[in-house]
Amino acid sequence: MYNKIMVPVDLAHLDPLAKALEVAADLARHYRAEVCYAGVTATAPSPLAHTPQEYQQKLDAFSKQQAAEHGQPVSARVVISHDPAADLDAVLVKAIEESGVDLVVMGTHLPRHLGILMPSHGGKVATHTDASILLVRP
Amino acid sequence: MKQDDAPVLTPGQDNTQIMGLDFHNPVFPLSALAILAFILYALVYPDAANSQLGAARGWSIEHFDWLFMIAGNFFVLFCLALIVLPLGRIRLGGAQARPEYSRLSWFAMLFAAGMGIGLMFWSVAEPVAYYTDWYGTPLNAAAGTAEGASAAMGATMFHWGLHPWAIYGVVGLSLAFFAYNRGLPLTLRSAFTPLLGRHTRGWIGHTIDIVAVLATIFGLATSLGFGASQAAGGLAYLFNIPNTLGTQIAIIVLVTVVALFSVWRGIDGGVKLFSNINMVIALALLLFVVITGGTLMFVNGLVSTTLDYVTHIVPLSNWIGREDTTWYHGWTVFYWAWWISWSPFVGMFIARVSRGRTVREFLTAVLLVPTLVTIVWMSAFGGNALSQSAAGVGELANGIGDVSLAMFHMLEQLPLTTLTSSLAILLVLIFFITSSDSGSLVIDNITAGGKTDAPRSQRVFWATLEGVIAGVLLYGGGSTALSALQAGAVATGLPFTLVLLVMCFSLALGLHQEQRKQRLAAA
Repeated sequence: MYNKIMVPVDLAHLDPLAKALEVAADLARHYRAEVCYAGVTATAPSPLAHTPQEYQQKLDAFSKQQAAEHGQPVSARVVISHDPAADLDAVLVKAIEESGVDLVVMGTHLPRHLGILMPSHGGKVATHTDASILLVRP
Repeated sequence: MKQDDAPVLTPGQDNTQIMGLDFHNPVFPLSALAILAFILYALVYPDAANSQLGAARGWSIEHFDWLFMIAGNFFVLFCLALIVLPLGRIRLGGAQARPEYSRLSWFAMLFAAGMGIGLMFWSVAEPVAYYTDWYGTPLNAAAGTAEGASAAMGATMFHWGLHPWAIYGVVGLSLAFFAYNRGLPLTLRSAFTPLLGRHTRGWIGHTIDIVAVLATIFGLATSLGFGASQAAGGLAYLFNIPNTLGTQIAIIVLVTVVALFSVWRGIDGGVKLFSNINMVIALALLLFVVITGGTLMFVNGLVSTTLDYVTHIVPLSNWIGREDTTWYHGWTVFYWAWWISWSPFVGMFIARVSRGRTVREFLTAVLLVPTLVTIVWMSAFGGNALSQSAAGVGELANGIGDVSLAMFHMLEQLPLTTLTSSLAILLVLIFFITSSDSGSLVIDNITAGGKTDAPRSQRVFWATLEGVIAGVLLYGGGSTALSALQAGAVATGLPFTLVLLVMCFSLALGLHQEQRKQRLAAA
């Protein structure tokens, strides 16, 4: 039913995402789907990575670690945003369309102070894409 | 990135996270406290504040005229050298990086942040002021003569051409280089890491960042306050809308609300959008003035403005044995202090949108393109104004009584006055919006320890504060309070001149190391 599942991740705050990651892994095994881990970063240095390349390396490492746990094929997609605090929804929607995923599994309640995936994001993303969206509350 | 290579600063490393906020401690709280203190000072003792802060500004201009002049010239030569030297090939963000914005949008954003409103008012008022000896004439040229007209255009170009943009170029390039090539946070202190190392994390760094925040917010807020009274003056002149405090506050509220919308939407959805709108309207107004003012005169004007600039740039850059002290202190040195006090804001914003450009491309676009655009703009607006003044046509024949109305006096002599003047007022308002939104983003960056993804509520706070400061000062202390804080902002030009000179050294060092690293990697 689903061939490619996307999970937006915030590498700085993985704990609240644990449930969404588990759900995505279960679904991927069930449908024999690929999991695409998407991370949004600015081009300016951030606490997590000094360059987008460094961010890509970290996301790659994270995806491989996930693959080792669930055994399905994975990919890591770095989404560049000029202004992550403002256009996160827009860049995620674009990434979903470009990467041809058919299901998005999103964690919904991340630490408010980062604003990286506030509850409203899931709803906004859902209204702007054709993909199915599964919102996972922690 | 290897461990021993890791930068000494990390974005947000000294941040405090409470109540959904994420800010640098102590830069955010100390900046906020200092802002509050200065506002109270200007409101409770407007006259004392005005004379004391005015004295600070006067003192720095009077005693350090030579420093401002030498530094201004040095920045131009420094930037030109980087354009021609092999160092110019270094790309911001590394060899693989690619620009994030189209050239046109990129240019629209840096121009809107850097010049904007000032150019609107002064492109008309300044040449006429020099020509009619309103406050001294450049190089003591005789007022009202052909020689005086040529010096007037040359001097106006001198103040709006290479020199201000070299100042912005130095700051912008330093911040961009240390952020994108060295992985340092996008904040002012980062430019000093090659010299100060870990100490940039301490009080030297805090002080630089806090002064930058104060200069930016007071520069923006007082410009907004004065601009609101100027725009209200324009509305009164054109449409007989009474120029009351109410009208002025309404303008401030309107600008602030739209700027809030813009910062909320972010760089792509807000700032870029308004900068592009801005450019289109400015172009329309320019074309109109060129066509109705006389195309032939304009084409001649392009040549003569350029020649006036070229022939006067060297004598005007000189600081030794000047006989026009009144003029050169009142205009040139004041402008240099003013541009330098704006440089943390404009430089940082330019840096934010310039990843992926080479050093050469960056400086060419920041230095040469705005200068060319200013020549075009000045030939049309200043040229028309001067010829009206010389021919004794309209209000400008009597010189400039009210600076904010000079633009409308000039447009009055051309067809479709109501339409073009309305367009001019609209343009002024949009210029305010583009300065206010980009300024709020910059202050937010600095006070969030260089993080570009701090919660949106923080940038909303700064944008709101700017409008509130403008409104409160206008309401509580009138133009005296505004002048006081503006003088305070300009007075930061002196310490920042030193900061910028050190920054040049630091940048040259960084670029040199980068080049060596790339050569080693290639070998």
